[in-house]
Amino acid sequence: MNSANMLLAAPEFWVLTMACVILIVDLFLSKERRGIIHMLAMLTLVFAAIMTLRSDYASDGARSALAFSGSFIRDQMGDVLKLFSFLILGIVYIYAKFFLRQFRMFRADFYTLSLFALLGVMLLISANSLVMVYLGLELISLSSYALVAFDRDSRIGSEAAMKYFVLGSMASGMLLYGMSMIYGATGTMDLYQVSLAVKSIGSHDPLLVFGLVFLVAGLAFKLGVVPFHMWIPDVYQGAPVATTLFISSVPKMAAFAMAFRLLQTGLGDMQTDWSQMLSILAVLSIILGNLAAIAQTNIKRMLAYSTISHMGFVLMGLLPGTAAGFGAGMFYVIVYSLMSAAGFGMVVLLSARGVEADKLDDFKGLNQRNSWYAAVMAMVMFSMAGVPVFVGFFAKWMVIKAALDAGLMWLAIVAVIFSVVGSFYYLRVVKLMYFDEPVTESNIDVPVDFRAAISLNGILMIGLGIFSSSLIAVCMASFGA
Amino acid sequence: MSFNWPILSVLIWLPIFGGLAVIAIGEHRPSLAKLLALAIAGLTFILSITLFTAHDATTAAMQFVELRPWIETFDIFYNLGVDGFSIPLILLTTFFGVLVVIAGWEVIQVKVNQYMAAFLVMEGLMVGVFSALDAMLFYVFFEAMLIPMFLVIGMWGGPRRVYATIKFFLYTFLGSVFMLIGLIYLYIQSGSWSILEWHQLPLSLEVQKWLFLGFLAAFSVKVPMWPVHTWLPDAHVEAPTGGSVILAAIMLKIGGYGFIRFSLPVTPDAAAALDWLIITLSLIAVVYIGFVALVQQDMKKLIAYSSISHMGFVTLGMFIAFAVFQNTDNGRGAALGVEGAMIQMISHGFISGALFLCVGVLYDRLHSRMIADYGGVANTMPWFAALAVLFFMANAGLPGTSGFVGEFMVILAAFQANFWYAFLAALTLILGAAYSLWLVKRVIFGEVANTNVAQLKDINAREALVLGTLAVAVLLVGLWPEPLVNLMHASVEQLLQHIQQPKFSVPGI
Repeated sequence: MNSANMLLAAPEFWVLTMACVILIVDLFLSKERRGIIHMLAMLTLVFAAIMTLRSDYASDGARSALAFSGSFIRDQMGDVLKLFSFLILGIVYIYAKFFLRQFRMFRADFYTLSLFALLGVMLLISANSLVMVYLGLELISLSSYALVAFDRDSRIGSEAAMKYFVLGSMASGMLLYGMSMIYGATGTMDLYQVSLAVKSIGSHDPLLVFGLVFLVAGLAFKLGVVPFHMWIPDVYQGAPVATTLFISSVPKMAAFAMAFRLLQTGLGDMQTDWSQMLSILAVLSIILGNLAAIAQTNIKRMLAYSTISHMGFVLMGLLPGTAAGFGAGMFYVIVYSLMSAAGFGMVVLLSARGVEADKLDDFKGLNQRNSWYAAVMAMVMFSMAGVPVFVGFFAKWMVIKAALDAGLMWLAIVAVIFSVVGSFYYLRVVKLMYFDEPVTESNIDVPVDFRAAISLNGILMIGLGIFSSSLIAVCMASFGA
Repeated sequence: MSFNWPILSVLIWLPIFGGLAVIAIGEHRPSLAKLLALAIAGLTFILSITLFTAHDATTAAMQFVELRPWIETFDIFYNLGVDGFSIPLILLTTFFGVLVVIAGWEVIQVKVNQYMAAFLVMEGLMVGVFSALDAMLFYVFFEAMLIPMFLVIGMWGGPRRVYATIKFFLYTFLGSVFMLIGLIYLYIQSGSWSILEWHQLPLSLEVQKWLFLGFLAAFSVKVPMWPVHTWLPDAHVEAPTGGSVILAAIMLKIGGYGFIRFSLPVTPDAAAALDWLIITLSLIAVVYIGFVALVQQDMKKLIAYSSISHMGFVTLGMFIAFAVFQNTDNGRGAALGVEGAMIQMISHGFISGALFLCVGVLYDRLHSRMIADYGGVANTMPWFAALAVLFFMANAGLPGTSGFVGEFMVILAAFQANFWYAFLAALTLILGAAYSLWLVKRVIFGEVANTNVAQLKDINAREALVLGTLAVAVLLVGLWPEPLVNLMHASVEQLLQHIQQPKFSVPGI
């Protein structure tokens, strides 16, 4: 290992340093000047993005570069996902700042914890060995557990954190168990070496298949797909919205990257095995997520179930094992994170001092209170429902096309039928906002950066839809499709 | 044909951006919003006339073509163009774009800017549907159009508006996702989204049948055909007048247009093999729904059912061609069917739009759509009565009005196919007359029924302008349909030649 290699991980080092710096700076700040923490965190993201953009590892024509004895990889997929992580986390910070101030929870811990989680996200995205995968994953998980319990006095917050912790540890255990079997069968931690070993052993080795099953179970838990989804609604509902905002968006991109690295880079030769498992998970998630969401009256829970169905769609992109499929899955997960951030951002927007606006009825008559915010939420909802010309539609059809390419007609048909079923509950939100009378006339008063962020986030729904060409091209090119 | 400015793009984006500008005006200056909306709709209509004057009627090729890459990774193009089928429908759209703005002038009191903007955006999207030559672009416009209509019905509609609008949205959405799968399949097979290339794509009969059913799912809901018509009466009854007008006059036509643009040319052999299905459903719509219309108590519902019945003629006319080919050698009968269907679409656009506007006129005054609440309207509103009677007569297919031309052509075509088809189709002349005239008798003629009716005021200049324009249009198409027929003649001929060539005969498929 030399210093040039180390530089590949410069953004990670930067984020780590800044997380520690913020931790220390906070000790010397009075309560009134905590705004500095927010600025520092935003600065961290901006420079991390610049560093990611400026590194020229691919200058000699290579599509990827390794560091840390091959356990860390930089490639286009990783860079794009990281850049979107920075962007979305920036948006999340803007929403969260307002929320935390309103709820008197504006403490630096939120920023340090989420920056550590971001570090985990970055490591996971760039992981090229089993150890690095686990390292990144645990960094995300442990920070997230703490974030869920961020509101110390909230009973359901603590309960959600407990539940998340217990189930999450079990999933990590399963994942680790699967990894140990794969290590046992192949004798290596490096994912590239694993793939070579699988080629020589053959994909029917029972130890490998066992390992794969546990791996997929652990992955499914982290993605939150049926039947490993139980924690999602409770955690999303129990956590403060600021935390829900975070855990529902950025880590999903890391989970996608993890699935790609483990399944395709490492166990690509077992594609027939894992694609069957994933197709069952995908179908169940799409069906159950959409059906259960209809019955919800709490918007955080509703969005939680909608997340489950969206993750089903992401799996649909993964499971054909084709470059076009991975590109579609990557596009989907980026788009989903943006939509999710905007959806929960709207919940923050409507939350008055000390009361979370987490009931669907809180959206009643929003068009009469403020028609622009209603329009933003409507765009998010139509996008999630997959109505053109919003970006969610393009994500859905790319995934469906990937499934049809692989000859999975039945999967495509289930997916479209249940996206129609799903559109019902998204429409209900639009109905509440546009067709019903408001229950409160109180003014919606948010700071200007919030207004800018939510407007940008809403415009992205339609802007990325109409001008989806370049993002699609980037996602596809990441996998050479 | 080359043209020095992108007229189709202007017709699409001028109303859409205009609509956004109208929204930006805000709620507090409704009169400015209305004036701007009228200006934009009027300008769009005037510009769209260029399509009629500058097009070349001798060719079936696409005209005013625009081609730009959109999503290159998937070979999706921003590809626009029009032929003899789409030009009349675009003109109809821009024409009604102006009328609905005027029709909503005084009636709409809340959120005027959003109302006007919704209609303008919808207008742009509908022009997009009629001019898209790229299937993905078509689908995007086709679906996006639902959103403004969903909001229009839900925000300015009647008491059961939420039920009606969600039903409308889900019905149409469910139908079209099956088409989406078909479209993606065609893309995978052909490597292109160009609808015109798909026309030439060889496909086995089996595949064609599945694709045909996918298209049918989308377009039959839109038309709507029996038995997937149930959203229409609800949507019509609850929608505000402007919404009903656009729904009946234009949106239903998109279903018919879809059959002509996709089902017939892309899957001609499946269409030939399954023509009995469409003909049966169409005849059920014509006859059974005609009877259903007869018993309605609500004027809007009656017109809604009459719409379904009349749209049955459209689908009948399009698919009767295959039965005609089996019986006769000359294509004239088949051409009559397709041309009749097209004229029926235009004519039904004018008539149903006018009828909904008539009901709107009454509703604005008495806030009731029930037939029983009226009677003897002619005594207090003579001008209105004269126009309304004209439209109802046209609805019944009176010769000299546009309603007669299309139906007559389709019935003539049906005679060449099978006597009983024609017999059943011709029943509409009796049923249509029965429900239309009976309604006229109960609502317009007779003694003044109650004090409310006695206090009615006749139509004002604004309403007279809207209804008068439509009356001229109805009579013009009825008495002098030739320009319209000429406009679409080349396209019809080419379509008929195309659907007679089997697509699956190519070896290896």
